[in-house]
Amino acid sequence: MSTTTPPTTPSTLRRALRQRRFTVGLAITLVVVVFAVVAPFLAPFGENEVAGPPFSKEGLLGTDYLGQDVLTRLMYGGEAILLISVLGTLLGMVLGILIGVVAAYAGGWWDEIIMRLNDVTLAFPQILLALVVLTAVEQPTAWIIVVLVGVSHAPRVARVSRGVALGIVSRDFVVAAEALGERRSRVILAEVLPNMTTPLLAEAGLRLTYSIGLVAALGFLGFSTDPGAANWGQMINENRLALSTQGWAVLAPVLVIAIFTVGTNLMADGIAQLAQRGGDR
Amino acid sequence: MTTTTHDPAGTGTTAGGLVVTNLGVVLTGREAVDVVDDIDLVLRPGEVVGLVGESGSGKTTVGTSLLGYARAGALISSGRVLIEDRDVLTLTPQQVRKIRGEEIAYVPQDPASALNPSIRIGKQIVELLTLRGIGTAESRLKGAREGLAEVGLPNDDEFLRRYAHQLSGGQVQRVALAMAFLPKPKVLVLDEPTTGLDVTTQAMVLDTMGKLCRSHGVSALYVTHDLAVIANIADRVAVMYAGQIVELGERDAIFAQPAHPYTRALLDSIPHLSQARALSGIPGRTPAPGSRPVGCRFHDRCEFAVEKCSAGVPQLRAVAPGHDVRCIRVGEIGRWDISRGTVPDADPDRPREIIVSIEGLNVFYGRKQVVYDVSFDLAKAEVVALVGESGSGKTTISRCVGGLHKDWSGTVAFDGAPLAKGARGRSSADRKRIQYIFQNPYLSLNPRLTVEQIVKRPMELFGIASGKAATDRVVDLLDQVALGPAMLGYQANRLSGGERQRVAIARALAAEPDVLVCDEITSALDVSVQGSIVSLLEGLRKDRGISMLFVTHNLALVRSIAARVEILQAGRVVESGSVVDVMDAPQEEYTRDLLANSPRID
Repeated sequence: MSTTTPPTTPSTLRRALRQRRFTVGLAITLVVVVFAVVAPFLAPFGENEVAGPPFSKEGLLGTDYLGQDVLTRLMYGGEAILLISVLGTLLGMVLGILIGVVAAYAGGWWDEIIMRLNDVTLAFPQILLALVVLTAVEQPTAWIIVVLVGVSHAPRVARVSRGVALGIVSRDFVVAAEALGERRSRVILAEVLPNMTTPLLAEAGLRLTYSIGLVAALGFLGFSTDPGAANWGQMINENRLALSTQGWAVLAPVLVIAIFTVGTNLMADGIAQLAQRGGDR
Repeated sequence: MTTTTHDPAGTGTTAGGLVVTNLGVVLTGREAVDVVDDIDLVLRPGEVVGLVGESGSGKTTVGTSLLGYARAGALISSGRVLIEDRDVLTLTPQQVRKIRGEEIAYVPQDPASALNPSIRIGKQIVELLTLRGIGTAESRLKGAREGLAEVGLPNDDEFLRRYAHQLSGGQVQRVALAMAFLPKPKVLVLDEPTTGLDVTTQAMVLDTMGKLCRSHGVSALYVTHDLAVIANIADRVAVMYAGQIVELGERDAIFAQPAHPYTRALLDSIPHLSQARALSGIPGRTPAPGSRPVGCRFHDRCEFAVEKCSAGVPQLRAVAPGHDVRCIRVGEIGRWDISRGTVPDADPDRPREIIVSIEGLNVFYGRKQVVYDVSFDLAKAEVVALVGESGSGKTTISRCVGGLHKDWSGTVAFDGAPLAKGARGRSSADRKRIQYIFQNPYLSLNPRLTVEQIVKRPMELFGIASGKAATDRVVDLLDQVALGPAMLGYQANRLSGGERQRVAIARALAAEPDVLVCDEITSALDVSVQGSIVSLLEGLRKDRGISMLFVTHNLALVRSIAARVEILQAGRVVESGSVVDVMDAPQEEYTRDLLANSPRID
């Protein structure tokens, strides 16, 4: 009977942890994150220290085009990428949710105008938007890249969050809050948003995956915050000439990026499955 | 032929019809949890048996078991379903598939989802006949036409070319009936086929069904939660509670001399058309499979329970020929009297002090006008019912009064001053004094908030109380709607439908309103829960002098709760006045039709 049931529904996180897909994804993600954060302290060489001749087999993964140790570069190269991706994703989610929920809640003409403008920005490929800005600035700072990643995510997140919000703003409890005369901001924050968490978490996981790809791609194209610093994306570019002779210099960063995206993607998938299974239960 | 014993030899001897013995269905997930058990039932040829029960009683499970089907996660674990000496439960899947439809037909609750939306009606019926190998290629179209004629539908080419979405709800249900009857089945299982239909359409569908069953000698099991419908169409009635049949007998016996305390409590909770009644609910909630009490499953909610009721599961015992009851105290609890709950009708001559008056209300959805020139008023401590079929505009009017719909013209005056159209345009005091309660409690409470947060919010918003004082008031309000303080920390999605609606009422009361706008607030709830909600509202009206605008499609309910009634048709008021006058001496044809078509128990 009613007294024996737990008084609150388990949170999305707790339900997700019971799912193997999510837990495996989380484990992979955590391993890569811990590697990126802790590894610089354990690195055998300095970040720009020359360990031997270029493209030699010295060390575990050999050396790169300047003779720096690839393992060391790999250990140093994750932190910036991960930090920029996470911050960029956060920014993109916040902006996108704001746009999408406001459009869905306002409805009518506002919805049309906001979403059509959104569609215009959607027409640009994500990387193109970033490149246009980056070619204009001399030396990109981390913040510029974070903002670019976030802004290029926002319209995509907005579409998803508008779709989710549309199903909620028409529900009676939102109408009830309206009838009580609640402030519009409170209706959005207290009534609509809490009911969107599960699908939005899934979207965040997916966006994080894209962010990593985007930041790594920018690094590959030479747009990184510090040309001398290690960066997984940049490593792929720097060492691609030796793909056949000293393959690890390219493959190692590729593999880490791949493992990490698989991890975040599994997490996103797990949460999405929860959402499909009836978000309320 | 006897229905009472577990004599396996006696059950196989019936000619035609269907015999169910000792049927049991379990949930397979955890260790065997009974969904239904110990079901013995006989459907004689040409007989309609009503299987009635509240949500969670297992009535639909029994219905589909007759076709050898158990939903995913459930398993038919014991018993026999005999149709002409063949046990449906032991047949091979191929044989069962052949029997389904040809010998046992099923009419689902929502026929619109059973018809293919992209195939024309005529083709769909012909396809069915082809599949069953009935008739020749030429005779099938003719067969389809005859089938449609039998259920009173047009059968010209134009109709046969329609798609399901071009038919009304009643027509779709009758097409489903026609398709069920065409292969000439011996047994028909109907799962709430008229839920969601208007009373006029419902009466038509029920009438068609009854006629066909009798003329074709088909036995029917009619599964429903609506006792009034059962009283109109069933020959015999089986009452289910918590997975068991608790009472089984001739219709007249069940309604005149109900013997089981649960049947009596159910009958006490339903309103009648002919007389106002003080409705009562059944305390507690229907136990879910797996948490049902030991002994008699009703004993924890039964007013007659004694110690030995929890000792063992009682058997079905005959109290009269053809009337079985599963209660050990059946001889001791006395006779039941229907007039016990009867109360005088609301006094039509009571002096009225108008609080809300509506003048010349026209309502629009975009360019479409849905309500035309509606005028009526509402007095203090009075309940005015807005009654009509779907599309009559009754909910639309209530939404305008509640400020939820803005596209209207005319005047809605509250305490003499006209109200703004939308809730945001109204003063905080106006918003506080008119509270709206929604039809569906599953949608009207935010599933992420706790009961305390939900009920507290109006107090904070209107500055009535805050902090500790507000929490104390929430406890008070929950007590008034018969919910315990343990509910405070519960999230809304942990509550049952009845509990949710009580929380919604508590939220409305938290604002200390003078007017409650109630939009079909009991239609999503079981009758016993409806009974307790209605008695709760009646108490609020008397004690606090709250006025109510009560939107409903149920005329019987109007008689028990309202003092005045407005009958609406297609956006216009066709008749209005005191409940006694309108219902005892209706002046308009439409009102008379509505009353005649409403299923009645008396």
